[in-house]
Amino acid sequence: MTVVEVMFALLGVIAVGSAILVVTTQHLVHAALWLVVTLGSVAGCYLLLSAEFVAWVQVLIYIGAVVVLLLFGLMLTRAPIGQSDDLDSPLGQRIAAAVTAASAGAVLVASVVTSFRGERIDLSDDRVAGSTGDVGAAVFRSWVLPFEVLSLLLLAALIGAIVLSRRDVSAGPAGARMGVVDEFGEIAEADGVVR
Amino acid sequence: MTDVLEVALRVALVLGVFLVLPLLVGQTEHKAMAHMQSRLGPMYAGGFHGWAQLVADGVKFAQKEDIVPTAADRVVFKLAPAVALIPYLIALVAIPLGPGVVAQDLDVGVFFVLAVMAVGVLGPLMGGWASANKFSLLGALRTAAQLMAYELPFILAAASVAMAAGTLSLVGIVEAWEPWWLIWQLPAAVVFFVAGLAELQRPPFDMPVADSEIIFGAFTEYTGLRFALFLLAEYAGIVVLCALTTVLFLGGWHGPYDDVLGWLWTLLKTMVLAFVVIWLRVSYPRLREDQLQRLAWQGLVPIALLQLALTGVVVVART
Repeated sequence: MTVVEVMFALLGVIAVGSAILVVTTQHLVHAALWLVVTLGSVAGCYLLLSAEFVAWVQVLIYIGAVVVLLLFGLMLTRAPIGQSDDLDSPLGQRIAAAVTAASAGAVLVASVVTSFRGERIDLSDDRVAGSTGDVGAAVFRSWVLPFEVLSLLLLAALIGAIVLSRRDVSAGPAGARMGVVDEFGEIAEADGVVR
Repeated sequence: MTDVLEVALRVALVLGVFLVLPLLVGQTEHKAMAHMQSRLGPMYAGGFHGWAQLVADGVKFAQKEDIVPTAADRVVFKLAPAVALIPYLIALVAIPLGPGVVAQDLDVGVFFVLAVMAVGVLGPLMGGWASANKFSLLGALRTAAQLMAYELPFILAAASVAMAAGTLSLVGIVEAWEPWWLIWQLPAAVVFFVAGLAELQRPPFDMPVADSEIIFGAFTEYTGLRFALFLLAEYAGIVVLCALTTVLFLGGWHGPYDDVLGWLWTLLKTMVLAFVVIWLRVSYPRLREDQLQRLAWQGLVPIALLQLALTGVVVVART
């Protein structure tokens, strides 16, 4: 085994271990912070596979935006500092979740193994295999249709979120209130229930 | 052997810049703010115009008792200052100082720096939540709301200049830079700088630490060295933001005799921008939360998107 392989295996172990902690920890905010470790080590795996661009975008989007959003959401709730004993769902639900996770994992592993078995990336090559140019060419030449379909889906989700968060839509002529200000109103409400 | 020596030299240089420049900005802030307000500022420490004031402050911070609130989440509370500070140190690695003077030229330098800075913002959130204090939690909430609003224009503005240069490498962007970009990329530069200020929670975007409302926001419960680390993170953030604005929009090392004096131009532009940051702090009152959100979503995001479209049109027209 080369150094890269050892590091890849280590990062994989960290990713899986912290992912298990995300769902088993009793501290709500710790779960979000363990998620940072998981996403970070996955980004590390991308880096080792010389996919620099994907790795840093992973950090930027998932740690910089998604986890911040998660933490923001958690802070608006009554998430206590210590353990929350009511986090565990009923046994049946847990088994169902485990089965779902295991089967999804099995499908992913099977499809990756069958399509890429034995393929190796030559890391000694000077040209970075996952360079920004390569990723851009792949996305905008071979995969441009899925890309555009995805962007349409995201746009629909965005519009849906705006419609859901606007309380004045049915109240006649457009008011000046924005969804963001509504959120701010909720911040003011959260003021009173802080731990 | 020379390789090891070179790496050590580069690391030492980055560490030196990281330790010296933030303190320089801090001292400039003390003095510039004082003179703008018809005061003198620190005058005693070190003798000449109180130059050693921040060193003395550091000694004071180190002597203070390290207090962790009883109800706090101890591990997260203690980890937060490091999470806030270290990313700025790592970000400096990719920022070029002069032609060939960069610790590590990365293929995706822009995204590297932005991603690393995005990790740093977790520090105040962790600290604010773990402190078990109402004011800290409110501060962290405001931080999160502000970050979500300003992250988007920040990245869009950086993407515009990367499109113009046709590369994501910071060195490549400086090499491709031409003086007329100052006008072409002006909206992006303004958006980037303003959004960066908001990410650093510098006045006038200091709602999250508004001392007259919520004591000191997420940092309320911190004392001693950990508090000093948070303060240092703020000034290191100013240095990184100003250096990044210089590299992306002001042409980095470009200037007269830039093959010899390149590093000086980068430093000079960075320090001028840092002075502007201080100047803004003294000049503008704090923005209210709704004003903050309106500025981001109705001002900066549309400008950044328009700039992106303009950049795209010009780049396609020129090729």
